[in-house]
Amino acid sequence: MGHGTGQESTHEHHIIPFATYLKVFISLLVLTVITVAAARVDFGALNAVVAFAIASVKAGLVLAIFMHLKYDDKLNRVIIGSSVFFLIILWIFCILDIFTRVGQSSTL
Amino acid sequence: MASGSTASAAHHDHNYLNHEKGLWSWLTTLDHKRIGILYFITVALFFLVGGIFALLIRTELFSSGQTIMTADDYTRSMTYHGAIMVFFVIIPGIPAFLGNFFLPMQIGAKDVAFPRLNLLSWYCLIGGAAVALTSLAFGGADTGWTFYTPYSISMKPAVIWMVMGAFIAGFSSILTGLNFVVTTHKLRAPGMTMNRIPLFVWALYSTAIIQVLATPVLAITLLLLAAENIFGIGFFDPALGGDPVLFQHFFWFYSHPAVYIMILPAFGVISELITAFSRKTIFGYTAIAYSSLAIAAVSFFVWGHHMFVSGQSEWAGVVFSFLTMLVGVPTAIKLFNWMATLYKGSINLSAPMLYALGFMFLFTIGGVTGIFLATIATDVHFHDTYFVVAHFHYVMVGGTLMAIMGGIFYWFPKMFGKLVNDTVARWSFFFIFMGFNVTFFPQFVLGSMGMPRRYFDYLPEYEYLNQLSTIGAYMIGIGFVIGGWAVIQGLLNGKPSGPNPWGAKTLEWTTASPPPHENFIQQPIVTAGPYEYR
Amino acid sequence: MSTAKTGSGYHHAHHYDSAEHEYVSSKQGVWLFLCTEILMFGGLFVGYAIFHHIYPEIFKVGSKFTDWRLGAANTVVLLGSSFTMALGIYYSQKKEQSKAVAMLAITILCGAIFMGIKYIEYSHKIHLGLLPGSWYTADPASLVKYVGDMEIPSNLPMYFSFYYMMTGIHGIHVLVGMGLIAWVMIRAMKGEFGPHYYTPVEGVGLFWHLVDLVWIYLFPLLYLVS
Repeated sequence: MGHGTGQESTHEHHIIPFATYLKVFISLLVLTVITVAAARVDFGALNAVVAFAIASVKAGLVLAIFMHLKYDDKLNRVIIGSSVFFLIILWIFCILDIFTRVGQSSTL
Repeated sequence: MASGSTASAAHHDHNYLNHEKGLWSWLTTLDHKRIGILYFITVALFFLVGGIFALLIRTELFSSGQTIMTADDYTRSMTYHGAIMVFFVIIPGIPAFLGNFFLPMQIGAKDVAFPRLNLLSWYCLIGGAAVALTSLAFGGADTGWTFYTPYSISMKPAVIWMVMGAFIAGFSSILTGLNFVVTTHKLRAPGMTMNRIPLFVWALYSTAIIQVLATPVLAITLLLLAAENIFGIGFFDPALGGDPVLFQHFFWFYSHPAVYIMILPAFGVISELITAFSRKTIFGYTAIAYSSLAIAAVSFFVWGHHMFVSGQSEWAGVVFSFLTMLVGVPTAIKLFNWMATLYKGSINLSAPMLYALGFMFLFTIGGVTGIFLATIATDVHFHDTYFVVAHFHYVMVGGTLMAIMGGIFYWFPKMFGKLVNDTVARWSFFFIFMGFNVTFFPQFVLGSMGMPRRYFDYLPEYEYLNQLSTIGAYMIGIGFVIGGWAVIQGLLNGKPSGPNPWGAKTLEWTTASPPPHENFIQQPIVTAGPYEYR
Repeated sequence: MSTAKTGSGYHHAHHYDSAEHEYVSSKQGVWLFLCTEILMFGGLFVGYAIFHHIYPEIFKVGSKFTDWRLGAANTVVLLGSSFTMALGIYYSQKKEQSKAVAMLAITILCGAIFMGIKYIEYSHKIHLGLLPGSWYTADPASLVKYVGDMEIPSNLPMYFSFYYMMTGIHGIHVLVGMGLIAWVMIRAMKGEFGPHYYTPVEGVGLFWHLVDLVWIYLFPLLYLVS
């Protein structure tokens, strides 16, 4: 029958080469070492930010290569991006409330 | 609109209802239409239970002092009325019943993308309901449907059962949403581009996005609430250093968007009804379609308006108040477009259209009073009064339930191939619409006079309006009994309807009534928009 | 449900046009499901962020009871399992059946090692009475050798609430993932997968990588927070 969404192409799926997987795995191990090493350096208030940033680089590698998002349908990237976006919304509004609540003299 | 398959005499006797036989074939069916019917029966039964609780509440409030039950029983009735109506009636009501049946048909698909998950979603709803109602054996939950902490963490097993029931039912909602998103993306018929899909599908699609993105946060919240009860984890318990307002943030991050899970599909039904019964192309298709998406997006930014007096910071309150006003914009766009569609249309006042017009009237009142509540200065006065009760009943009952009733009477001929007696259906509208206003309009007055919601008793000076409200509730009850009778009578003795009794233009009307097993005998090819009336 | 036959021998469900159509649709379904997982775990992370801001001291003291070496070992084990999972899909795509099965088996083994290390960590904490919330029974005297001269905050149990909720829900996902991988491994042994059909391996793989992703964040947040 053939649907209107242009999905009936029979092209072969992109197969990521073995060497790429191996490189990503090694990079992830190196980044784990960096995570542990960074925890021993005191960045002050930035400690959590640094740990989070390194974790996000690792997550990005897993998403792009292991989970094939780099070669996937654009819509799947939008889907996963939207979940992260709305999670950030939850986080922002919760901290907006809690960080501004402390010490205020309420008139209510 | 489409050169698709029409009802052919050869296939007329073979349809989804007689494709397989026996109860077991229904309980294991993967056909989206049969699953839709399963949801219809389930939702109708829960509506009956929730409705009985509603009448019990109103009967108790007929006079001040104790009327028919104790204060504890009153609080439980109120909790079960709210929880059943929200989690088991209104949330699955339109998407899982009408949506399941008609979304694939309206886009020319044979089924939803994942039929097994679709069936699983129905079992999740049933399982969730069974677990939730088990709480009755433990004395019954009395927290209200919102499970606010710290009251809900006082180690009551009934609350744990109730919360876990809602948790399981949440998976039903997630699976339905997931299915609808993929179905809309991937299973459209050839030629059915995104600007040709009917507005009901647009509404369901927007709803599905909310179901997928918001429900998981409810899941973790309810899980944490159960853990709080069992382990005393302390996140929400002020005695352990936790923050009860954080529970409200998490809860409303789901439950405010959930309000749009309840109302957006209703907007979709109304768009279909208004255009079909005005015999006129919908005015502003694109505006209505995108306003659904806009409402879905904005719904995630406004939840704090439930918490203006909870102890939330004033900064957050101001931001949430402003953002809440934004919801009025896409909602008004829809109403204005429906008005413009009616203008110079050939209006047919059959029962479905009456429900649609009733929706527009009641929803407008519900929506405008929402603006009062979004304004912090007035909300401080109205918060937790009957004004709020009236507001959300105007939206949920005057909006969603009117749309469900209109949708049932509109699509009944397609689902069962029989006609409903229109006069009986109109009488049901008359009683529901009149009764609704008699019930809930006085509650706006009571609320502005300061009568608090959820209380077992009230001051004697509120009695007159409360009696009026109770009489109205019985009128609504009579209206739904008449409506149920119209449906049963139609099922038993309805005249054959033919494939398209309303002369509607969307794709589901091009196939036989009831539809054959895989919806269309031949794959439809779409060549024009959904509402080509004139 | 009725199925249609394709050239490659795989029967796709009748409401799809082709196996490819079914593949892309199923994969989109899996991604949407992963969205719900991200938001569910995300709720816990938001709670963590808030209480870490309000009570930084309980996380500082609490993380003294976690052994970063065990956490790091588990990180390496899970990253390795993600690597072998990706290779399981890779060999399925190339129709190298025995290699695909071997990779999936290693992935399950890694999951088991992860749970074993988790068991060691849990039993150590339970032995000390470091349980979540109101089940916390630790004797302060027995904790001195872990925290030294740091003061033990009165709401320290909240750290363990986070620890057990986060690692517990994650652990349940590891167990579910192991079960799912076992299921696709059995199907791979029967030779059901090849270049034209490997949707279940891909879907289960995506789930397993998500479990790994969550741990990538949990490791620094729970073990290295001091």
